[in-house]
This record gives sequence, structure tokens and C-alpha cells, in this order.
Amino acid sequence: MTGEPVLEISGLKVVFSTPDGPVDAVRGVDVSVRRGETVAIVGESGSGKSQMMMASIGLLASNGRSSGSVRLEGREILGLSSRELDRVRGRRVTMIFQEPMTSLDPLFRIGDQLAEPLMVHGGLSRGAAKARALELLRLVGIPEPERRIQSYPHELSGGQRQRVMIAMAISNNPAVLVADEPTTALDVTVQAQILALLADLQKRLGMAIVFITHDLGIVRRFADRVYVMRRGEVVEQGETARILAAPQHDYTKMLLEAEPTGTKAPPPADAPVVVSARDVHVTFKMPAGMFKPPHLVRAVDGVSVELKRGQTLGVVGESGSGKSTLGRAILKLTPAAGAIRFEDRNLAPLDRAAMRPLRKSMQLVFQDPFGSLSPRMTVGDIITEGLLVHEPQIDRAAREARAAQALTEVGLDPASRNRYPHEFSGGQRQRIAIARAMILEPAFVVLDEPTSALDRSVQREIVNLLRGMQERRGLTYLFISHDLAVVRAMADEIIVMKDGLAVESGPTRQIYEEPRQDYTRNLIAAAFLSRRAEAA
Amino acid sequence: MALYIVKRLLSALPTLFIIITLSFFLMRVAPGGPFDLERPLEAKVMENLKRVYQLDRPLWEQYLIYLKSLLHGDLGPSFYWRDFSVNELFARALPISMRIGATALGVALVVGSLLGALAALRQNSAADYAVMTGATLGITIPTFVVAPVLQLVFGLALAWLPLGGWNDGAWRNSILPIATLALPQIAIIARLTRASMIEVLRSHHIRTLRSQGLPLRYVLKHSLRAAALPVVSYLGPAAAALMTGSIVVETIFAIPGIGRYFVDAALNRDYTLVMGTVILVAVLVVLFNLVVDLVYAWLDPRVRYE
Repeated sequence: MTGEPVLEISGLKVVFSTPDGPVDAVRGVDVSVRRGETVAIVGESGSGKSQMMMASIGLLASNGRSSGSVRLEGREILGLSSRELDRVRGRRVTMIFQEPMTSLDPLFRIGDQLAEPLMVHGGLSRGAAKARALELLRLVGIPEPERRIQSYPHELSGGQRQRVMIAMAISNNPAVLVADEPTTALDVTVQAQILALLADLQKRLGMAIVFITHDLGIVRRFADRVYVMRRGEVVEQGETARILAAPQHDYTKMLLEAEPTGTKAPPPADAPVVVSARDVHVTFKMPAGMFKPPHLVRAVDGVSVELKRGQTLGVVGESGSGKSTLGRAILKLTPAAGAIRFEDRNLAPLDRAAMRPLRKSMQLVFQDPFGSLSPRMTVGDIITEGLLVHEPQIDRAAREARAAQALTEVGLDPASRNRYPHEFSGGQRQRIAIARAMILEPAFVVLDEPTSALDRSVQREIVNLLRGMQERRGLTYLFISHDLAVVRAMADEIIVMKDGLAVESGPTRQIYEEPRQDYTRNLIAAAFLSRRAEAA
Repeated sequence: MALYIVKRLLSALPTLFIIITLSFFLMRVAPGGPFDLERPLEAKVMENLKRVYQLDRPLWEQYLIYLKSLLHGDLGPSFYWRDFSVNELFARALPISMRIGATALGVALVVGSLLGALAALRQNSAADYAVMTGATLGITIPTFVVAPVLQLVFGLALAWLPLGGWNDGAWRNSILPIATLALPQIAIIARLTRASMIEVLRSHHIRTLRSQGLPLRYVLKHSLRAAALPVVSYLGPAAAALMTGSIVVETIFAIPGIGRYFVDAALNRDYTLVMGTVILVAVLVVLFNLVVDLVYAWLDPRVRYE
């Protein structure tokens, strides 16, 4: 890599003015990108990696101020007026974002949205722009592009929308493409396809890619060089191979080790069965719309599971495979057909009122630690609410004591129970959600993607916390996740779901090392599991 | 599409029936009758009147008679304006009210959304504060204050426009009433547009436009359409309210519209006229809500498939 520099960021600072005073998001960073190379900017949330690139191309929020120097193909672009910037953006540098679902305008056909930059920057007529848009859709691998060009964004999947975004970004042959976590919101197999597409386009078009990511698996596969960012500063930079093999900075080492590790000791063979579900079916009836007849969706189609005391069953699959619905069906939170037993009771005939006493023993932890805690209740009230229902006889002082104990167990300061959820980070909130479930001393907990919204280093802590609690209390987990690295660290057995069916099941080691189904193999290959890659 | 419209209209029939039935009987529960004057009529005269208007029949029979004539599109004779049927009254007054109301709404829509969009694009600037202060004034100052002030300024002091009267619909006569009706609507629409536009401008797809270096007019094209959605939802009930006439405006400017019949009819226990206005408003609300839903679906493709 000896090409000339195409993007040079030097001494870039970003300050946001907030009601609580100025916040330094980026504190003077130097980044240099050469023509045609792939540079990864790695860091955890809040490290300033996105804001640095947003500032570089003038996309900061209105309360942000940037200073320093950003030279694109030798020309200073920091501080240009938005009119002048509009001649650079979309033409020489473009950006794709983390949110493919919302980054396209839902009210316009994708063909029209693709045509706009072509007409503005390329000077094409509407007709010529439409023709070129069709070519671009074909180039990024959208099936049936003639039909899709007439589609609205909501008619496309997340992966297809990101392909459309990529098509738009490359439409005027930019010198630099900034990709801000472009695959984080996508399933692993889709992620692999999108990354392969980017690598292929880069080879064909010769553009440089700045890849903002927290995922070291992606860095390992795709980046020539890496910048590691922490708290608005670059702490380490260099060739990818060198950084990954011999990290100098403690923070880089921590990131590299942050992937969840270890496996769980299996429960004794004679452990009693806690939960069994046979031939579970969940069917949703989609009502008729203005232009659409009603139809049935089989979300779960004849899945059977059995969980012993102390066991963790991992449920993996892509989004829409029915894994969350299966978890809800077993908890009887969604109407389902099939025989579901908890300990010695058949749950099938129980109605809501009859289920209520059992709910204490069957708990659920959700994926989104931001949406699942009431913002208007204190942490103490949130975690003791279940006690009010299930153990009304205990008095206030005893409840407080239980709350303090539960918070201590999940590694939070018991004094924090008088504070509100918004004062906590994502990882801390997930600990609160776990405390809320565990305070009732359940036997069985459904963990629905509890780590998916968290940074890797935080994920690792939550995995360790959950494993520790399981060991101490003999808990049984149903662990739902699309993240194969986390599942490997948590589960004894795994079922792989696709389109509502269990396509494969077995002990964790067997699933990872000798997958029998192509679908499972694809999932594993797409996950870029690092340790596996190193061993191979 | 046509099927959908027919379905919607059919599904409104039970609603209309319930409204008609409820208001028919509620009206009769209220004490007093159409012929109770301050100086009571002679018993014989009263009896004759009641027979002529079939008020001597049992209530359920009157109800059935009323329903039957409704099916023929006949809203019955007015009890107060005794030489007119309700249909005739509406035929004369409704077009006047609708014309003023529709024009006011059109003006409000254009001016309000432009001001709202301007305020959103220049958020927290002097222009934004000016628009928002004006909007707050427009909402809080009642029409019975605005109307006389407009009359004083433009009618008396400057003598540019007539003080009132309809004058067979001369445009000079309708400017002040339209302005009075439009001002609060401008204020509401400006606020709605500003709020939704600010939200849209922060959204991811607008960020995409900016990252693509598309100039301001593209940003406006995309954000105005999205920002129009909440405004469109507001327009349905607003249109029904405006087009059925404003009592205050029509009284102050002496306009022979339909608004004043609402009050007069209710106070005089003019049963058929009250029923007629209730049905009119109900039908307009149903129609405008249908129009709003169709416009909404046209603007937002996601709604079409739900």
C-alpha cells in the first residue's frame, strides 16, 4: 500500500455544546487514507469514531463544532460552506450508515431516490439517471432490478436496503466511501454478503473505504490498516496484521480479548427436566389490508425442546426465523399450540390468571435495555415490582433489602436503586433488567438477545454474570441470540431455527465443529468467529 | 381502491344511524318545544300546529316518519322558519359557508405550512421565534376579538373593505371573514408543520440526502412530504368544522351562512333543523376523514399495504 493519500485528517477536534457544558467528542485525531485502501476505525460506542467521520464531511448535528484540517484529494474541505460541500459530498466522498432500515426515504420509490444524485452530480437527464439506477441495482446484486426500481423501501429487506444505499453511494464513483457500521443491524449471513459486495466494488472501482466498526472479525477480514479509538483519541494504529497479532496499547488488548470465551460446564446427566415443549406451533393471522387479502404466517412450525435443571439451550437463527416467538410461546406469552410442561405441570390448559402464580418461576429478559425499563420509575421500584405481585406479604423494608441484594449480585451499587434508568449505560441497564428477573428467584429464564445491543467488552461481562448466576442457583436458560460467539460461550445445547423450523439441533461443540446443514455452516462461516479462524 | 371507498362509506352507515337516533331522542328529552313562546299560544292554535307537524303522534311513530322521509332525502320542514324546508335553508346557506370555509382552509394550508417550514429550517432563529409568537397569538386570541379589530382597521380606519354583509358573494365582502377564519388555522398548521418538519429534518433519510450532497430543494422535497402527514390528519376534522360555518364570524360580518342556524335551531327547539345540521356535520366528518385517509395513503406508501 503505497498509494498517494486521498483523505488526510489532521488535528481534528469535535466539540458538542450541551446543556451540561461542552463535550469533547473527538480530541485531535490524525487519520490518513490512501487511494484504494481499506482503513478500519475501531472503538466502542462513545469513542468518537462516527463523529470524527461525520465532522469530516460536514454532517455534524447543529450543536457540534469541528476544528483542525480535513484534506480530500489535496483540497481542504473542513469549514466549506454547505453549498461548496454539496459539490464534494456524493461526488468525491460518500457515506453509508448503520441504519439501513431508516436511511432511505420511506415515501419515495428507490429508483427516484437513486436517480437524484445522478441528476445533480452527473448532470444526467431523468431518463438516463433511471437507466443508470437500474445498472447500479444490478451491480449491487438486487434481484429483479426492473421490478425493484419501482419498489418503496419498506418492500425491501434490511440487506437489500443497505445494497440500495451502497448503490447510491457509489453512483458517482467517489474516491472515498465511509461505511459507518454498515452491517451491525443485519443478520450475520447478510452481513457477510454486504461485506463481500463492498470488497468486490472496491476492487472494481478503486475507491478507498473507511470502515467504522466495533467488530474485530470484520477488521481482520477486510481492513489493510486499523486505527483504534478511545474517548476521542487514536490510541493505536498500524497494519491490521500487526495490530491484531501484537497490540501495544492496553485498550487494544482489551478489545481483542473482549470476545466472550470459555464454555459452560454441562449439567449432570440425571438432572430433572424443568421445561419441555413438544411440537410447538405459533401461527399469526395477518389481517387484510387496503389492497391485500388476509394470510397466515407460521412463525413457529412444530419445534420441540427439553431443558434440564442447570442447562442452557441456545436458540440461534436469523431475524424472522421464529426464535423469539418460540421463547414467548414457551412462556405462554403468545398463543401457541403444542404440549408445554413446566416442572410437573401442563401449561397448555392454563389461562392468564392461572399462569400468574407460575410467572414468578419463569422469567424473561429482553434485548433492548433502553426500551424495557420504565423511564418514570426508579430502579428500586422497577426491580421490586414483581415482588409486590408475587410476594405481597413482605414489607417495605424487606423489599428494599431484597432489592439491594439483587443489585449487588448483578454488580451494581445498591445505593443506585433510587436513581432512574436514563442515568445508566446500556450494560448497566441490562444488569438492572437481569436483577428484575432474578429477584423473584425463578427456575427458568428466557434470555432474548440480552447482549445484542451491547459493546463486546460489556457483552463479555454480562455473559460472565449470567453464567455465574446460573452456577450458583442452578438456573435453566433458554438463550436466544443471533450472535454465535455469545451462544458458544453460554449454551450446552443448540437448536438452529429457520423459517419457524428447527433445522438442526445438538450439543454446542458438535454444532460448531460438525454442522450438518448448509444453513448452519453459512451462519458459522458468516460470523467470522475469531478463535476458530486462528485455530484453522 | 373503488371497492375500498364503497366499503368505507357503507361502514359509516351504522354510525350515522346511531347518531341520528341518539340526537332525535335527546332533542325530545330536552324540555320545551318549537311552539313554546314567551306568551303561550292558545290551546286550539297549539293543537292545530302540532297536528300539522305531526307532533301529536307517539314519539316512536314520529321517529319512523322522520327516518322514512330521510331515506327520500327530505330533511323535513323547519319549525321556526315556517315557510322553508330544512333542505331549502341548507341549499341557500350551505354554499356560502362552504365557500368561505374552504377558501380559509386553503389559505391557511398554504401560508401555515410555508411559515412552519421556514421556522423549522431556521430553528431557534429570529424568524422561528417570530413565527412561533405569531402562532401562539393566533391560537389564543379569539375570533370575536380578531373580527371587530379587522373591521375597525380595514373597514373603518382605512375604509378599504366593507364592514360586513354578503353582497351576493362579492370578493371584497369575503376577505375579512376569510381572514378571520384563516388566522387561527394558519397558527395551528404552522405549529404542526414546524414540529413535524424539525423531526423529519433530523431523520436518517435526510442525513442520507446531505451525505449525497443534494442541494436544499431536494431536502425540501423530501422533508415537506413527510412533514405533511400530521397536517393531513388534522385537516379532516378541521375541514368539517370550517365548512359548516362559524357562528361568530357569520354573525359579526352578517353573512347568511349556515353557522347561525346551529344556535338558533337549538334555542328554538327547531327539531328538524337541529337534526339536519347534526346529520350534515356527521356526513361531512365521515367524508373528510375518508378523503384524509386516501390522501394519506397517496402520500405514504407504507399505509397502503397495512
